[in-house]
Amino acid sequence: MQFGVFSVSDITRDPVAGTTPSEAERIQAAIAIGKKTEEVGLDVFAIGEHHNPPFFSSSPTTVLAAIAVQTKRLVLSTATTLITTNDPVRIAEEYAMLQHVSGGRMDLMFGRGNTAPVYPWFGKDIREGLPLALENYNLLHRLWREDVVDWEGRFRTPLQGFTSTPRPLDDVPPFVWHGSIRTPEIAEQAAYYGDGFFANHIFAPTRHSKRLIDFYRQRYAHYGHGTAEQAIVGLGGQAFIAKRSQDAVRQFRPYFNEAPVYGNGPTLEDFTDATPLTVGSPQEVIDKTLTFRNAFGDYQRQLFLIDHAGLPLGTVLDQLELLGSEVVPVLRREMAAGRPETVPDAPTHAGLVKAKYGDAEPRQPRPHANRGDNVTGASPYQDSDPAFQARFPLVG
Amino acid sequence: MSAQLPSRPHRLVVVSGGTSEPSSTRMLADRILQSTTSRAARAGVELQTTVLELRPLAADLASAQVTGFATPALQAAIDRLAVADALVIATPVYKAGVSGLVKSFVDMLDTDLLIATPTLLAATAGTARHALVADEQLRSLFAYLRALATPTSVFAASDDWGSKSLTERIDRAANELVVLIEAGVRDSMRDTSWKQYQHTFGSAATTDGFSDVDFDSDLMSLATGGTGRSTAAEPARSGS
Repeated sequence: MQFGVFSVSDITRDPVAGTTPSEAERIQAAIAIGKKTEEVGLDVFAIGEHHNPPFFSSSPTTVLAAIAVQTKRLVLSTATTLITTNDPVRIAEEYAMLQHVSGGRMDLMFGRGNTAPVYPWFGKDIREGLPLALENYNLLHRLWREDVVDWEGRFRTPLQGFTSTPRPLDDVPPFVWHGSIRTPEIAEQAAYYGDGFFANHIFAPTRHSKRLIDFYRQRYAHYGHGTAEQAIVGLGGQAFIAKRSQDAVRQFRPYFNEAPVYGNGPTLEDFTDATPLTVGSPQEVIDKTLTFRNAFGDYQRQLFLIDHAGLPLGTVLDQLELLGSEVVPVLRREMAAGRPETVPDAPTHAGLVKAKYGDAEPRQPRPHANRGDNVTGASPYQDSDPAFQARFPLVG
Repeated sequence: MSAQLPSRPHRLVVVSGGTSEPSSTRMLADRILQSTTSRAARAGVELQTTVLELRPLAADLASAQVTGFATPALQAAIDRLAVADALVIATPVYKAGVSGLVKSFVDMLDTDLLIATPTLLAATAGTARHALVADEQLRSLFAYLRALATPTSVFAASDDWGSKSLTERIDRAANELVVLIEAGVRDSMRDTSWKQYQHTFGSAATTDGFSDVDFDSDLMSLATGGTGRSTAAEPARSGS
């Protein structure tokens, strides 16, 4: 099982210091947090995508690539990549590039995005958000699996003879998670393709996420990818840890009280009772996190939100230390105990390569030399199937 | 939605938004409950009644408005409405409108929770000038929820408590409610056309598995690699 952290990329005033970090500070902090995540022995760092202040992460692949070159083992991911307002062709290109740069140490998670004005800024309509997400992903799925794609849909300009470059590393597409809170169509698409499903699981009681995860598991089995227990599930979570429970509460309360989303609302005590948030000792975080498995079944990835609400970098790095030294080692042990051997780990690049090729050498696409028709070729690579002919008028 | 068992008593939930003690809203709600109960008994309709006071949920409702999810106490109240065969909604009129407490409770209900549920609308105010709040505000609010409001709603200003005509209106509205309960319209409409209403995944109205998911929709087709567009050659899709 994988453990890691995910960042919303909010730039929030530190209510204790009374200062707001600059964009420059937060971007450097994100890279520092990513490096620290590996240093303390965690597995995954994921960052969100936003196109409006007060968020900084408009280009997640750039931040993730920077962390990738400064780490060795860490898996870089997103939380989430917008499958609605991004062109699926650009997603295919950018994340395949990240996959190469990181040596396969990446995957990504898709979400729709709920900031209404972002849609028109990118020429889209939030009321079409769901069909847009579904159609874009159908196209993306093909772009990473077929060298040459002819495609026509409702939302994007048609493609004829299009090759998304670079081809995925070892010709094995990045693993994809679909994030959703209450949309069965998204869970259905994840199940249909045998992709992972992620429940944000931060702002609402566990039972809110359970129904959709149960649905995804059932549909995953329906489409023949494995049993319901073998479906690939990821969960969010949120914690603020101190050695002594009362210190955690005292330190976190001012940040909680003014946090985006739930700040100025329920009390910290009520919110921790009702939601996956734990503010307390390592043991309390461990106990609460273990309830997730009871609710959702054995799962593959646990991400904690630890760097939001204006928490300063030093505090976040301390949190990572505690997570890595006192919480996650116990969780690894406890989660492994009683876990059936048939339940898979989260897919990794190495595992997917092995599944595709066994012990054979992975495909390494090499393009033909420029021969005049590379722009719209049916056989762009030296090992392309010569029997596959273009279905469009070739120029010249 | 499963067909109703004939032996089960009909569940009537009375929601009161009154805040003082005693409140005239609760008094009106009790009068309506009394009249409904006696009429039901005469018609041989077995009723199981509960009164839901919103005042103890005031903090829960404020919290739910900012968090977007119900506290356990609020969820328990919503769950009671989900299985109610009929409702009485009684609100005080504040500043010429439905009380904020009642409206914030209604805001937390899933849109399909009260479909075809017989509902008696009632309002109280200090002056007869607010007489149309029940019909012009409560009625449109519950029309949005596709509840089945009785033809008569009951409004009581302070003066009405000295008038026999209030009792007559209460009795008339209670009679309408009992007739609707007895006729089983809620279950009949749900049994025949549940899928034709809009549903949200995870609504408290859905208790049986994933019956709210329409696998034949255009979106589900798109989710599973299709084009998501119905063509003339394909059969008409429900839920599109």
